[in-house]
This record gives sequence, structure tokens and C-alpha cells, in this order.
Amino acid sequence: MSEKLMNLLADRGFLLADGATGTNLFNMGLEAGEAPEMWNDQHPDRIRALYQNAVDAGSDLFLTNSFGGNASRLKLHNAQSRARELSRIAAEIGREVADTTDRPIIVAGSMGPTGDIMEPVGTLSHASAVEIFEEQATGLLEGGADVLWVETISAPEEFAAAAEAIANVGASWVGTMSFDTAGRTMMGVTSSAMVEMVKGLKHQPLGFGANCGVGASDLLRTVLGFRDAGADLPIVAKGNAGIPKYHDGHIHYDGTPELMGEYAVMARNCGAKIIGGCCGTLPDHLRAMRKALDTQPVGDAPSLEEIVARMGAFSSESDGTGDEPAPTRQRRRRRG
Amino acid sequence: MSDEEDIILAELSDDELVPQMHDDLYDGLKEEIEEGVNILLGRGWTPYDVLTKALVEGMRIVGIDFRDGILFVPEVLLAANAMKGGMKILKPLLVETGAPRLGNMVIGTVKGDIHDIGKNLVTMMMEGAGFEVRDLGINNPVENYIDAMEEGEIDILGMSALLTTTMPYMKVVIDTMVEKGMRDDYIVLVGGAPLNEEFGKAIGADAYCRDAAVAVETAKELMAKKHNQMSA
Repeated sequence: MSEKLMNLLADRGFLLADGATGTNLFNMGLEAGEAPEMWNDQHPDRIRALYQNAVDAGSDLFLTNSFGGNASRLKLHNAQSRARELSRIAAEIGREVADTTDRPIIVAGSMGPTGDIMEPVGTLSHASAVEIFEEQATGLLEGGADVLWVETISAPEEFAAAAEAIANVGASWVGTMSFDTAGRTMMGVTSSAMVEMVKGLKHQPLGFGANCGVGASDLLRTVLGFRDAGADLPIVAKGNAGIPKYHDGHIHYDGTPELMGEYAVMARNCGAKIIGGCCGTLPDHLRAMRKALDTQPVGDAPSLEEIVARMGAFSSESDGTGDEPAPTRQRRRRRG
Repeated sequence: MSDEEDIILAELSDDELVPQMHDDLYDGLKEEIEEGVNILLGRGWTPYDVLTKALVEGMRIVGIDFRDGILFVPEVLLAANAMKGGMKILKPLLVETGAPRLGNMVIGTVKGDIHDIGKNLVTMMMEGAGFEVRDLGINNPVENYIDAMEEGEIDILGMSALLTTTMPYMKVVIDTMVEKGMRDDYIVLVGGAPLNEEFGKAIGADAYCRDAAVAVETAKELMAKKHNQMSA
């Protein structure tokens, strides 16, 4: 199973992943408040279309519609008992799409966060988190996922729990975190800290990286941070299509397909091997990314200044990595 | 900055104890905060002074460092937890002594959205700043907000959304408030990862708050403005 992704990557040198799930489903009529995973069962045709659109736009890999398909999230819809089933169906539909395509396509079983804060600051125990992830992983594998894909994680503890759960079911995996708070994850993890954290995991992922977050600029800076910290696994870059803007009662992301094409090439130059979009990334964006990646040569990694010049300003001055001393507060006496 | 000697809170003068409590809040030391609160009360401090000078001021520092990317969510949660320990002691005493309240807030994640970490964080920081907060939880239809506002003396409405698909619902709530002629009676704050200032303006909120620390500062500022207008 793990060979499939690694072989394809070795063969191509880089892979184009997919774009948004939520944004695309919303465009297909998903109502706010519905769990997208319910559509696996209720509207398999639309989920098939979601996957097929990504494949037709040139993606080598797509994520299943199972981001919130864990018991902890489904509980909010009174569907906690359906985590394994809805995850399985998400992967089954993916399998069908991949197997009827005449080029190799990777079905990546998406596993999003539990949404709970883990102990000691929160209430979710490590054992419960492992159990929740394991149940979902089992369903995704039953449905035929090629690889499991943990994404949008903020807490290192949760990332580790997912790794352990996936080890328990004997699957290979890729994991990404969301760096949305001054260049760090919500829980304060820097790009370099993630590299260290991943190195310490017993069940190593095939690749790791960043998804979602703030905008293309921040995401590229994070990828450079991975590289500078000596990452030796393939790096994943799945950034949002710009920043969400409000227009006549609707939200749309301001990243144009051209911009996303440029972002894709820059992500590859920064060292990313698996490149895709996240929120707001539609098939048109993917097509532009495919074309840009296929027609432009690999170049030198851009400097931070070049990233700003082409993709826009960073959301914060520093991202907590590098030589500059981290800001601290002058204290009286430390204890405790 | 480490000190080998144990710090005995009861032996500190007021001038030393209060900054020490700020540090202990910063470090999330709940038992020490509870002890400090009891010591100050024992020395004849009013519950309101303990709240504002020791706890709220300490949390203000935590808020600044959270805003500036020095502290992150785990540390803030621990600090808020320590604050809560102190608040538990003070709350009945504040009511008894008729201490002024900073303001009352209703908060909830909008319909269709099941994210709550950011909202919970705002709740904790607002409580840390001395506000009373009623948390409506996740997935709230407009009626929930309206009912909660009509039920009690509410000053501030806080709405959270983490999805681009659910952000527009905030406008539904604000539009309903306008229709009912109650919009101007409340301060409306909105927040959530995909939002921005422009969006906040477009839907008619009073302010978009980038994070929990900004929410607290904005709430204080707008409450002060509201009081000034009322007395003018």
C-alpha cells in the first residue's frame, strides 16, 4: 500500500493533490449545518463528482470526504455510531473513481481533528483519541483507501495519537498540520518544531507538511521552515486559494487560478513534493496548478522577500523559527 | 529568573503579592491564585479590587502575550483555569457586595458550524477579564441568540464561525436584530479563522476580533463607549 504513493512520487518527482472539499460541496448545494460526510451515503453521485472533478483537473491524489468522519465530530450530528461506515463509503466511492481512471490515482483517506482539546489542558485522553482515530482508519481501509491522510491538526498530542492509531491498523500515512496563528499552529507548534516532532514518532509517516492556514505566503514560509529544519521526508503543501472575501451574501476566496498556479510552482521550489490546495481551491485552480507545474522548470527556492512580492504579505512578522530571539516577557520570579 | 527559595505568599506585602499573582496566573498556578485571593480578602481588600487589580490585570498581561504570539492556546487555557479558581471564590462575594459588573455577553457558534475551540477560548478570556458570559454552544439558529438576548441584561453578542459556508449566517442574525429593532441595543462582535475586518463591516457587526485577546480589548473599549453615550 505504501509503495503505491512512494512509487508514483518517485516516478513523477512531485504530485498534484486535490483542492477544497467543503467549498466544492457547498457549490453543489451542501447546506450549512449538514455534516458533509452524510452525503457519502445520501448523495454518492455528488461525492463521486467531487473526486472526479479533481481527477479531471489533473490531480494525482485526492482526499476522501471524511474529514469530520470521526465519532467525536459526528456526535454533534448524533451520528457517532456511523464513523466507520461513513468513512468506509467515502473511500469506496474514491476507489471506484481511481480504478476507472486510466492513470494511477491515489485515494487518500482524510482524517481531520477530533475538535476536542487533549489532556492535560483539555478533556480528551490519549487513549480515547487513539480509539476515535483507529475506528475511522479502519473504515477508510475497508473502503479501499491507498493511504491515510491526517490533516489540519493543531496539537502535537493529537498528531501523535493519530500516528499511534494508524500504526495499530498497520497502514501507511501522511500527516499535515495547520499553521494559522502567527506562523504557528493554534497550539503554538512552529514549522521546525513539527519536523522534530515527526522525527520522534514511532510510526513514521510517508510525508508530512502543512495545509489550510492563512494564505499562500504563510504556507510557503512554513514549507521553507520545514526545509531549513532538515526535513528528510517528502513535504506536503496544501494551501488555501487566497483569503475569503464576502460578496453579496456569498463567500469566495480571492485567489485566482493564475495565483494558485504560481503558488504551486513556488511551493515546489521551496521543496514541497506533494502540492495541492485547501479551502477555496476549485477545479479551475487545480487545472492552472497542473499546467504551471508541468510547464515550468524547477527553480531555486524563493526568498521570503520574493514570496511577499509575488503572493502578498505574511500574517505575522516572525513565524517563531530562525535565529532571531523569540519574544519573551520579563518576569519577577519563576516557580511552579 | 529562577529563585531557589520557596515563595511564601502570606509573607509578601501587598505590593509584592499582586505582581506575584500576575506571574502565577501567567504560569497557570491555580492553587497559588486561590491562596493569593484568600490572602488579599483576609487583608481587607474588596472582592472587586481583588478581581480587577490581581486577576483581571494578570489576565490582561496573558492576553497581550497571546496577541503578540509569545503565549499560545495551551498556556492561555492553563492561565484561564487558574483565573477560574480565583473567580470561584470571588463570585458570590462580588454579588454580595454589589460590585459593578463589566458587562454581560452571549456567545455561540452559528448555525451549521460545529467548531468551538475558538469560541471557548474567547469565553474563557472574557470571563478572565471579568465579563459574565453565557455560552450557547455550537450550531445556533438565530432564535437561540435572540431568546438569550431578550432573556437577560445582555450587552454584547458574540458570534463565531470557522467555515466559509457558515460565516454568512452571522448576517442572518444581525439582519433579524435589525428587523426586530434591537440591533442598536447590543455590541455585536464576530470572530473565526476565515473572517476578516472587511467581512465584519459588510455584515453590520460592530467589530471583527482576530483572536480572543482582541475580543476582550474590543469589548472593553466598546463598553466604555456605550457607557459614555448613555451618560451623555
